[in-house]
Amino acid sequence: MTELTSLTIAEAREKLEAGEFTSVELTEAYLSAIDAANSVFNAYVAVTPEKALGMAKASDARRATGKAGALEGIPLGIKDLFATRDVHTQACSHILDGFLPKYESTVTQNLWDDGAVMLGKLNMDEFAMGSSNETSHYGAVVNPWRANGSNQQLVPGGSSGGSAAAVSAFLCAGATATDTGGSIRQPAAFTGTVGIKPTYGRCSRWGTVAFASSLDQAGPIARDVRDAAIMLKSMASVDAKDTTSVDLPVPDYEASLGQSLKGMKIGIPKEYRVEGMPEEIEKLWAQGIAWLKDAGAEIVDITLPHTKYALPAYYIVAPAEASSNLARYDGVRYGLRVDGKDIVDMYEKTRAAGFGTEVKRRIMIGTYVLSAGYYDAYYLQAQKVRTLIKRDFEIVFDAGVDAILTPATPSSAFGIADEDLASDPVKMYLNDIFTVTVNMAGLPGIAVPAGLDAKGLPLGLQLIGKPFEEETLFRTAYVIEQAAGRFTPAKWW
Amino acid sequence: MSVDLATVKRVARLARIAVTEEDANRMVGELNGIINFVEQLSEVDVTGVEPMTSVTPMDMRKRADAVTDGDKADDIVANAPTTDHNFFLVPKVVE
Repeated sequence: MTELTSLTIAEAREKLEAGEFTSVELTEAYLSAIDAANSVFNAYVAVTPEKALGMAKASDARRATGKAGALEGIPLGIKDLFATRDVHTQACSHILDGFLPKYESTVTQNLWDDGAVMLGKLNMDEFAMGSSNETSHYGAVVNPWRANGSNQQLVPGGSSGGSAAAVSAFLCAGATATDTGGSIRQPAAFTGTVGIKPTYGRCSRWGTVAFASSLDQAGPIARDVRDAAIMLKSMASVDAKDTTSVDLPVPDYEASLGQSLKGMKIGIPKEYRVEGMPEEIEKLWAQGIAWLKDAGAEIVDITLPHTKYALPAYYIVAPAEASSNLARYDGVRYGLRVDGKDIVDMYEKTRAAGFGTEVKRRIMIGTYVLSAGYYDAYYLQAQKVRTLIKRDFEIVFDAGVDAILTPATPSSAFGIADEDLASDPVKMYLNDIFTVTVNMAGLPGIAVPAGLDAKGLPLGLQLIGKPFEEETLFRTAYVIEQAAGRFTPAKWW
Repeated sequence: MSVDLATVKRVARLARIAVTEEDANRMVGELNGIINFVEQLSEVDVTGVEPMTSVTPMDMRKRADAVTDGDKADDIVANAPTTDHNFFLVPKVVE
């Protein structure tokens, strides 16, 4: 790690402004870090050095004329789910082979408008379906963290595994990510980084490859809470091209950092104390409660009675929406085509060859629950349960609770090619048990690193907020970060 | 409810995914595992509960009924596997 790549976005912003180095120098430092280490981590599936240096040069020129944006000259990594004009965009799927969009996603356009520089596209689970980044067509990503005294390769979590690993290994200053059931928060927790899934509608979904449209939201993964606040401010916007994007002003999230928690009420939901949860996570949670109490917050016990139904409801709603969204990959308009004896044969062969096992599994589940005779029993029932899950949160917030504190994940990072998890898809799905409720209710949630387990691996806490009150989450997460400190992996690569 | 081999094949057909006999047999077990997992939803009392249609209560934003985009046929077919004069080409569908 060179000195430049160790800087946070906030630090780099200050030093760029002071003229201590240029964006070109900073970008070159990241490009050489990627060059040296990407073969180890497999975090980037496409590196775009020419584009990066071109953008950095343009940024330095803008700064020279006094026109610096909020992310002026900051090199970022972009999850492969975001459409980037004329640049690799495949949702890490074989079925989008060779796809080069002729348009730019709103989220990435917002970042470029604020002066950011693109380093390349980051690995992810295929179509964001996975919790370990192992379903990617481009192979698994290696977590920069290792257990004490072990050189076993661990997963960085998923689906935004490339984003989390790249941020944690200093291969970008920050990264875009997306979260449908926990895909920002779980990888952030597994890599000692900060990840926020904002309220549904806060970021435009336009130009982001769709997985489950009623759940998908973009957000950042960053080195610390401040960097996440800086990035979200830039990513969020109302957008005429996404009617579910919300027309509310985007606050200056950074301004909420350092504000007191006095008078704030933090809810502790008893339903998140799940059976078989490691004692270390229980302890971490208690530690988090103590930190917030010390900072002046009032701690109250709350109940969210439908919590246990969130994951089963998710595994109906998300596959149902996915089966519909992924119907567009038919070998006609983009990507892979496998020829067949007639058009249906061509569709079937293309989709059989183009989609991976997990994606097929979810399309099959979604097709099944939406098929004639099953719609009421599964999909309609799940959407009703979803109403109840959301109502649980509304009751708690109406009673005066400002934010909810929970663990982010039920364990620390696990090994790549874990046989136990590979043999039972439902076991892998349980990774999202603490995060998925937030997507089902459309709420904002942030994962912030809070400590290390006995193996020396990072663990995170999650804060859940009211709709569009991301400021409360940043303010509270900052208190946890101040108390817990920051966590960086020991460099072995 | 549980799925059998015939159901898996029917669903694969609906989803337009070719499956081998081996794939289909494996999927029977996997899909049943997931179906059993989601089955617990049936124990929730949903009497009088409306199904969720939108997480944030909002009116759909509308825009003027005007042409705001277009004239980019080259861009639209740029990624297609086979095209001819800005048409997507597919295997023959009518005799």
